[in-house]
Amino acid sequence: MISTGEILETNSMIQNANLDVRTITMGISLLDCADADIDKFNEKIYNKITTKAKDLVKVGKDLEFELGIPIVNKRISVTPIAIAAAGCDTKDYISVAKTLDRAAKDVGVNFLGGFSALVHKGCTPSDKKLIDSIPQALAQTDLVCSSVNVGTSRNGIDMDVVKRMGQIIRETSESSVLGCAKLVVFCNAVEDNPFMAGAFHGVGEKDCVINVGVSGPGVVKKALEHVRGRDFETLCETIKKTAFKITRVGQLVAQEASRRLNVPFGIIDLSLAPTPAVGDSIAEIFQEMGLQEAGAPGTTAALAMLNDNVKKGGVMASSYVGGLSGAFIPVSEDSGMIEAAKMGALTIEKLEAMTCVCSVGLDMIAIPGDTSSATISGIIADEAAIGMINSKTTAVRLIPVPGKSVGDFVEFGGLLGYAPIMPVNRFKCDNFINRGGRIPAPIHSFKN
Amino acid sequence: MNCIITVLGKDKMGIIGKVCTLLSEKNVNILDISETIIKDYLNMIMIVDISNSAENFHQLAKSLSEAGKEIDVEIRIQLESIFDCMHRI
Repeated sequence: MISTGEILETNSMIQNANLDVRTITMGISLLDCADADIDKFNEKIYNKITTKAKDLVKVGKDLEFELGIPIVNKRISVTPIAIAAAGCDTKDYISVAKTLDRAAKDVGVNFLGGFSALVHKGCTPSDKKLIDSIPQALAQTDLVCSSVNVGTSRNGIDMDVVKRMGQIIRETSESSVLGCAKLVVFCNAVEDNPFMAGAFHGVGEKDCVINVGVSGPGVVKKALEHVRGRDFETLCETIKKTAFKITRVGQLVAQEASRRLNVPFGIIDLSLAPTPAVGDSIAEIFQEMGLQEAGAPGTTAALAMLNDNVKKGGVMASSYVGGLSGAFIPVSEDSGMIEAAKMGALTIEKLEAMTCVCSVGLDMIAIPGDTSSATISGIIADEAAIGMINSKTTAVRLIPVPGKSVGDFVEFGGLLGYAPIMPVNRFKCDNFINRGGRIPAPIHSFKN
Repeated sequence: MNCIITVLGKDKMGIIGKVCTLLSEKNVNILDISETIIKDYLNMIMIVDISNSAENFHQLAKSLSEAGKEIDVEIRIQLESIFDCMHRI
């Protein structure tokens, strides 16, 4: 029988250390909605999403109530629209984004991801239409998230798309700054990621699945408070044990949600996802490990150790682990990172180094509004190169804020937080970005 | 189906009696009770079986919460599975 100490420990994690399940994300394939008539396509995707996900929010809320743990988000991911809508006879996909937004609102989810294109080896006409539609699609919707995969370790990087995405990010920010918070550029995007803005339902997936993203930076931080001054072995063991416990809760929620919705369980994404709340921060974990601020020398090592031990603890706790799985470092969503960026401890260059060892990339970073599209493309290319060479997912979610410069702040609200405008290297890369073409696949991709 | 009930609040006469009476009325079987009092604050944990309960989980949670408000303590009920999954392999 469960002991009093165990009950108190679990409830203390929830009440005092912000333990939550970050998201239940239902992945829905839209491949069977194909239609040459865009209106019919929109009708079909609306009907499919609202039918499959009609009970998602209710089941999420019931589980939250019965288990006594917050399930912060209920979300939907769909087949990349550039694939699902490829057969439509239309000039752009803005009406599709609006339909997705309406479906998401009608079923009551927090976000819907999948306004996406996978273009790591070039664009189809449909991919081009989707990418061109992104600025207005994000400006005219509230819940739709977009992602574009520009490279893979297997195929290299499409630099034409990298160049175009620099322009698209600028255009998006000019239409709606918040739009940039809903747009992510990937290298090695994963097909079962439940986290936004990069969630989409891959073409290798079942018709409908339940993926769950767990969280809990606060729980790791609290656990590390008990091993202050102890050696790295103790530190790593503590992270592993904590990650195991967090992931077990995610596994329970995923299995129960899957059973109640009668939808197969896909994966648990065992990522540590911070929120702007104090006590729910990756940067605070670094401080507890012994760094003065996130960004101090030692930060990359601390993050590598955290990421690795979260995986080691988590994989034991779930039958299927997938998604991004690791630690996220979104600057505006982490109170400790915001402070570190404000005081200059954390720079974009240090964050870039950190992305070599964390689960994703340069995330939720506000930059001056006058940053050129070529510079944004240069940053995307650097990040994609890290992903390509190291066979890991990397991502860029940059937010150029019109009219703002270094020293100013921008407020996104809610889980997206707020951010100081961070300085960007002022030297130019235009001639490099303007070359065009593809960076070929790296040598270690030839494994066959 | 086993559930965990936690009662938190300033200690006073009759808390256990009130909760146990309510559970008895609802035909909920108490399997284990433990309580600690730290600086006048009561922390009571009960493991109960609600398989034969007259009310479903959601109704029972509401009844317990309302009973708690009457005596100024917080009463929560959770499925045992969240504790099992975290602490048992």
